[in-house]
Amino acid sequence: MVFPKLYSFSRPLQGALLFAALVPLAGCDMVVMSPSGDVAMQQRDLILWATGLMLLVIVPVIIMTLMFAWRYRASNKDAEYSPDWDHSTMLELVIWAVPLLIIIALGAITWVSTHKLDPYRPLDRIDAGRPVPEGTEPLVVQVVSLEWKWLFFYPEQGIATVNELAAPVDRPIRFEITSHSNMNSFYIPALAGQIYSMAGMETKLHGVINEPGVYDGFSANYSGAGFSHMRFHFHGLEDDEAFQGWLETVRDGGGELSRATYKELAIPSQKEPVRYYADVDPGLYDAILNRCVDPGTVCMTDMMDHHGPDHDHGSHGN
Amino acid sequence: MFEQLDLTQLIFGRLSWDAIPLHDPVIVATFVVVALGGAALLGAMTYYRVWGYLWKEWFTSIDHKKIGIMYMVLGLVMLLRGFADAIMMRIQQAWAFGDATGYLPPDHYDQIFTAHGVIMIFFVAMPLITGIMNYIIPLQIGARDVAFPFLNNFSFWMTASGAALVMASLFIGEFAKTGWLAYPPLSGILESPGVGVDYYLWALQIAGVGTLLSGINLLVTIVKMRAPGMNLMKMPVFTWTSLCTNVLIVAAFPVLTAVLGMLLLDRYLGTAFFTNDLGGNVMMYINLIWIWGHPEVYILILPAFGIFSEVVSTYSGKRLFGYASMVYATVVITVLSYMVWLHHFFTMGSGASVNSFFGITTMIISIPTGAKIFNWLFTMYRGRIRFEVPMLWTIGFIITFVIGGMTGVLLAVPPADFVLHNSLFLVAHFHNVIIGGVLFGLFAGITYWYPKAFGYKLDPFWGKMSFWFWTIGFYFAFMPLYVLGLMGVTRRMSQFEEDAAMQFWFQVAAFGAFLIALGILFFIVQLVVSYRRRDQLRDTTGDPWDGRTLEWATSSPPPQYNFAFTPRVHDLDAWWQMKQHQYRRPEQGFKAIHMPRNTAAGVVLAGISTVLGFALIWHMWLLAGLSFIALLAAAIGHTFNYDRDYHIPAEEVERVEAERTRMLASHV
Amino acid sequence: MSETTYTPESGDMEALEFHVTEDHHPETGTLLGFWLYLMSDCLIFACLFATYGVLGRSYAGGPTGAELFDLPLVAINTSFLLLSSITYGFAMLETQRKRVGATIGWLAVTGLLGAAFLGLELYEFAHLLNEGAGPQRSAFLTSFFALVGTHGLHVLFGIVWLVVLVVQLRKHGLIVENQRRLFCLSMFWHFLDVVWIGVFTFVYLMGVLP
Repeated sequence: MVFPKLYSFSRPLQGALLFAALVPLAGCDMVVMSPSGDVAMQQRDLILWATGLMLLVIVPVIIMTLMFAWRYRASNKDAEYSPDWDHSTMLELVIWAVPLLIIIALGAITWVSTHKLDPYRPLDRIDAGRPVPEGTEPLVVQVVSLEWKWLFFYPEQGIATVNELAAPVDRPIRFEITSHSNMNSFYIPALAGQIYSMAGMETKLHGVINEPGVYDGFSANYSGAGFSHMRFHFHGLEDDEAFQGWLETVRDGGGELSRATYKELAIPSQKEPVRYYADVDPGLYDAILNRCVDPGTVCMTDMMDHHGPDHDHGSHGN
Repeated sequence: MFEQLDLTQLIFGRLSWDAIPLHDPVIVATFVVVALGGAALLGAMTYYRVWGYLWKEWFTSIDHKKIGIMYMVLGLVMLLRGFADAIMMRIQQAWAFGDATGYLPPDHYDQIFTAHGVIMIFFVAMPLITGIMNYIIPLQIGARDVAFPFLNNFSFWMTASGAALVMASLFIGEFAKTGWLAYPPLSGILESPGVGVDYYLWALQIAGVGTLLSGINLLVTIVKMRAPGMNLMKMPVFTWTSLCTNVLIVAAFPVLTAVLGMLLLDRYLGTAFFTNDLGGNVMMYINLIWIWGHPEVYILILPAFGIFSEVVSTYSGKRLFGYASMVYATVVITVLSYMVWLHHFFTMGSGASVNSFFGITTMIISIPTGAKIFNWLFTMYRGRIRFEVPMLWTIGFIITFVIGGMTGVLLAVPPADFVLHNSLFLVAHFHNVIIGGVLFGLFAGITYWYPKAFGYKLDPFWGKMSFWFWTIGFYFAFMPLYVLGLMGVTRRMSQFEEDAAMQFWFQVAAFGAFLIALGILFFIVQLVVSYRRRDQLRDTTGDPWDGRTLEWATSSPPPQYNFAFTPRVHDLDAWWQMKQHQYRRPEQGFKAIHMPRNTAAGVVLAGISTVLGFALIWHMWLLAGLSFIALLAAAIGHTFNYDRDYHIPAEEVERVEAERTRMLASHV
Repeated sequence: MSETTYTPESGDMEALEFHVTEDHHPETGTLLGFWLYLMSDCLIFACLFATYGVLGRSYAGGPTGAELFDLPLVAINTSFLLLSSITYGFAMLETQRKRVGATIGWLAVTGLLGAAFLGLELYEFAHLLNEGAGPQRSAFLTSFFALVGTHGLHVLFGIVWLVVLVVQLRKHGLIVENQRRLFCLSMFWHFLDVVWIGVFTFVYLMGVLP
């Protein structure tokens, strides 16, 4: 399509469109577009599908805008001028129906995918080709967001870490997430979507890492002065042996995580280095969740009749 | 000695010399510039003796046209402040990689991004759309003023009062460091014990009163004061979208008042609405604030849609395509805007069915919005399009806004949102629709109606310069943010780890911000140049664009009373029809016109409210108590004033109309 | 030469009147405007009710509604308020009959009943505070005090307005402006009544249920 004398329009706009088209070329580095976890990959596919569906409308609209602006410019006396033409039932039908059809399609995709990719839903597949084998238990990690670092409990392995997470490739992980005080958002882009961490409440996230590597994780909800540095590394380890090796490292180097040491950890601090705990108080995570770490405070489960923080958030119906 | 201490506490609260941020060189430098500039301005105003004129003709005016212009001035001034915040952020984010920490410590940066959002939404966009609605609605419906002229003046000053408090926070104390919606528990008293959040809360509560009253005012105006014959389906489209906007204002702002009020109670009285302990529920805040927040963005965009409808039809020389469909689309958007709020926190864990429901309702809104876009396109189709500056803004809007709308529908798919929520992709999306939609609409409207308000057109060359720099600048500033979002970068970060690829995009964005700065500069140049060339740009007929609606039937600027005789309407595009019938305005038989009086009550009440807000922020309880009593007394005192109106004598009307006759004749 | 109808040159367009020659006074919008304000106020109460709905069982180990609420007291309070609505109605009837003195009389009774309502409510609040059941104790009590307290503040405001209006009636009589104000206060007062019915149903009556 040629725009001969449309200098005042097409050049800068063509430039902008070209610039936009170049964007995907830089995309090798766009983790959201090339993640390493099955859940994130499905989410990426959704983004592409939804974008494609909408471009069906957007591209014609942009083209029509430029075409009409050009063709019906006042200096073009050849174009038909119908000053009183302001209605066409046929056109209205198309204008309302086409977007409606696209939204119906998108709506159906939304309903299905939202249920399938519900963070609370245990995984039923490791990747597109492999379902989760019978009897597989997910790796459980309990996450606590503090000011401005992340504390990870591995309850079944009896260890904990600050600002470092690890899991074997192809094993489903179940994250149980809470916060010490401020609201944060637990997010590892390569792995799966994010979910908020809130004090006195527990949210859940399921994911699986399909490729070994070191991935970025961070908080995606602003929580104060140290927010920019509230980051950690998530190590996808190539097999269970490597994971056991990592556990050994933690146990060897680890200190004690008791209520007292937790309280010290909870003091606001920035740019915390990685820390390992080999000796973890088994009831500590529940105490954090129920806001009764301090001796003498009453746990929320004991306090409330109907409301309890171990109430599955998904059925909370707020 | 003990009693003396108590007295100091009672009078000064927690205000002390420490409140002045002398430790921050950036703020000190800003203060010096503002103080010098401010002193120069105030000095000039005193020297030229304009205070009396300003007080009599503007500050105490209840004329909707003057109040509209004052809103616009407030909005444009605050745009400069809000944009300064934006440029500061862009520079910091382009700079602070690896070992470089930039020039803004988190403490300062976090206040800047909070202030940027608060100012742009509450003190730029809202005043600007309110100003345009105020100016234009009575003229479009053939009325002489709004339904409650005094309340109109009061509403303006309450908005100005909120803006004053936000500006004061820059030099006395600090602003909130919570983001523009101040989520607890971060905004609660434990995590934010300082004055910042209190500045935020009181500024918004005070301004909120103004906005709510303005919403009621314009709603009643449109419902009750339309010229005879103008039934609802003969109203101009801008009036329709304004009607829906004001319905949204009345139905949404009380929620903001309630939820911010609850946060205030938590902070001042130690209640447990949004605390982590004692049963408080943070999610309640988030729900309530977004029940307000989503309708708010429709409050911003609907008037812009109305402006575009007027502009497209006028400059295409054609009736708006599908008027009824436009009206229904607007109403559907209005209703649906209440059913989508949860899409702002899909990631809070509400469960798949709830998330899907809200995702789908969000997508449904794109249908009537799309219908509107097509209707604009088909208005252009087979028209004779004149590319005056407002039309350029409109073309820019259509292209830019649909991209933003697309990314919005994308974000409405909950699993997609799980990876994009709170990322720079989100930031790019909402700037895409707010700048491409609201801001472009405002500039189109300002340029379109400027001759009506001031009697001369704006200089087209500088208008085009401003348009191109804004548009190209926008794409350079925000397209990189989409990329960065897809690279996993989250919002509100002030420092980054080493990553050259990422830093490149931030530098491009900073360049874009610089282009936008030029766009703003050229707009100001345009104002100055147009004023200086006003005789060449003069609008003598009152109808410089061959318009279609009633505001173009008046002189430019209109007389104080708008219409010497109330118009009678028979069809849509009433003025167009009058022109088709070669209507000649009457030149005699004028009657005395009943008008409301100016009043100082609005300035006084808002002034006391500012003092009250300041006192409450700083815990100056004595001052707070006294100003509260003063406020009550002033309000009650005002109700004892029954002498609120007067008549413009018929001779005066005759004189003004004769002057117009002379002007129209000179044009021929 | 004031032609009001214009017959353009081309004969196929009908002659139309394009302006109004008589005095045009648009209908007064005060009552609609006040009603809209009242609906916005209703929305604030709706938010408080919703918040009470969410937080109303969060006792944080503290006292519950069943333990705290004194229903007989609330019943007396309610009857004061409902009666005051009736007496305001009588005041409006007197206004129709153009009897300033009687209007002021019934307004005074209304005000006193309102004050009695407030007095009892303050007594109730003081009692709760004494028991350590203040708004800071738990989210339940926070939302209770916020909802009931906001209603009480509105009643207080109404009484202040009522007193001011009585003074203005004595000064200017039943002029049109004052009649409009009486109508507005009437809407306000009855509105507070309706809100109270919501309060004693959802807060008090349902609050004492287990």
